[in-house]
Amino acid sequence: MSGTRAGLEVRLEVPGRVQASFDAAPGAVVAVIGPNGAGKSSLVRALAGLAPASGHARLDGADLLDLPARERGVGLVFQGQLLFPHLTALDNVAFGPRARGVPRSEADAEARTWLDRLGVGDLADRRPRRLSGGQAQRVAIARALATHPRLLLLDEPLTGLDVRVAMALRIELGRHLASYDGVTLLVTHHAIDALTLADLVVVLDRGRVAQVGTPAEVSQRPRTEHVARLVGLNVVRHGEELVSFTPRAVNVSLEQPVGSPRLRWRGAVADVSPHGDAVRLLVTADPDLIADVTPAAATELGLAPGREVWLSVKATSVRRYAASAGAPADGPPTAPST
Amino acid sequence: MRDTLGRAPVLLVVPAALATLLLTVPLVAMVAATDWPGLPEQLRSEPLREALWLSAMTSTVAVAVCLLLGLPLAWVLARVEFRGRGVLRAVVTVPLVLPPVVAGIALRTAFGRTGFLGEPLLDATGFGFPFTTWGVVLAHVFVCMPFVVISIEGALRSTDPEYDAAAATLGATRWTTFRRVTVPLALPGIVAGAVLGWARSLGEFGATITFNGNYPGTTQTMPTLIYVTRQSDQDAALALSLVMLLVSVAVLLALRDRWLGTRLAGG
Repeated sequence: MSGTRAGLEVRLEVPGRVQASFDAAPGAVVAVIGPNGAGKSSLVRALAGLAPASGHARLDGADLLDLPARERGVGLVFQGQLLFPHLTALDNVAFGPRARGVPRSEADAEARTWLDRLGVGDLADRRPRRLSGGQAQRVAIARALATHPRLLLLDEPLTGLDVRVAMALRIELGRHLASYDGVTLLVTHHAIDALTLADLVVVLDRGRVAQVGTPAEVSQRPRTEHVARLVGLNVVRHGEELVSFTPRAVNVSLEQPVGSPRLRWRGAVADVSPHGDAVRLLVTADPDLIADVTPAAATELGLAPGREVWLSVKATSVRRYAASAGAPADGPPTAPST
Repeated sequence: MRDTLGRAPVLLVVPAALATLLLTVPLVAMVAATDWPGLPEQLRSEPLREALWLSAMTSTVAVAVCLLLGLPLAWVLARVEFRGRGVLRAVVTVPLVLPPVVAGIALRTAFGRTGFLGEPLLDATGFGFPFTTWGVVLAHVFVCMPFVVISIEGALRSTDPEYDAAAATLGATRWTTFRRVTVPLALPGIVAGAVLGWARSLGEFGATITFNGNYPGTTQTMPTLIYVTRQSDQDAALALSLVMLLVSVAVLLALRDRWLGTRLAGG
């Protein structure tokens, strides 16, 4: 095969749902982010073989779309785990190897190894009903990895977990993914997952790829408002150029400030919430902006929802970049190998 | 009735009470009219033992056949999309609403000694279904299969097909998935369907007697025995009926404790 190469090459379309193209090197972790309905789950289901798709998705040279789900060698960790409720954690993990013809004792030993690796070896005999959310997620990841997939699909693996549990699992997941030599596709709507775990970020928006880049590129130069919000940035469009700046760089005042009129907005405070040691304001302007102020300033300015304020930012605190995806600075959308 | 929505209306409570009476009075009357001192004598009779054994045996074999053939049919109806699925389901349901006597006539037309399938079978093997114990089983299967299929299909439908998807991504064939995921998850519903079919089979009368006649030891089941006994000896018929009532209540209790209870509680 002339196009044979290691890693994942996706050029697929699920009609009416999502159109996606990106490449990933072996060992790479690709984060797929985007708002609800952007097509993240459709992409995952198409790659797993659970939804029909056109185009191709080559994994180490072979087109996945030609194969039925069970022959794809793709591990899928479902949103909500979907552990078999009538089987113990051990039998859940051993299910994949056994379905592939591994003798029972060997499959059990393998399952035990994976449960141990994910730190839930002591829960082997429990049914899913008696596992906590975090434990069930670990078992689900062990179940997917026990089939030695060349592509691991994680559909919102940390969603619905207690914040502290999610934090611990994120760190561990990072460790497992670093030692995993297949490609990982991580669907998430938490920026931190994309930033801490991924080598490449694919931003989906309304069924299209809006941006592909390294986490640093995407977080510093977000092209969609959704991602900008996820990474806690403001993005404003100036013609063919995007301007991004942090909420901390925003100056909030009651009087009209001096400076560039293009970096000055007026609007009403829509929401006030604590954010670290600051107070974060959401201001309904054109476009909506977020600004962080000190609690003292918030009290002094009387910043409550409904309050009319002026926002401004210094020209030296903004980053300017091209708005279109084909900008030369970006280079080819390929993840580095880890 | 301490209901926050108010008192239950008389217009509903009175018919409900009447319905309850209608259902319980005949059974209570039967129990009350039983000649209790003579009962042990009646129950020791040879025809009763034969008929009871035959009923239990044929019903059990019939349910086994219904599961063997009906579970796959239920799975096809619940999990495979194809043109004509609705038609197939309708066809499966027809025997459910068919008068059992008509079922017996239909079976004769197909499997009778001069029947559409019965004649070639008789010519080829010398075996004919009518008037044999296998004929009883056949009649029972025909009548019970719809109960079993429809209730198991419901059970399969209520288990999340996403589990099948999960099994597929783990490399399982559909057969492995059926065996190790689909059936275990639907097991309570499958057992409930089988018990329902068994109870229906035990009471089967019309199709059996039409197709097989009434020969003690080979085709005379409990319902046919009760029917013929009643023509000569009311007390004996009553005693036999009491046995059937006890069996029915036992089935109900088994259902409630083992499966209906958990199904209701577990959704």
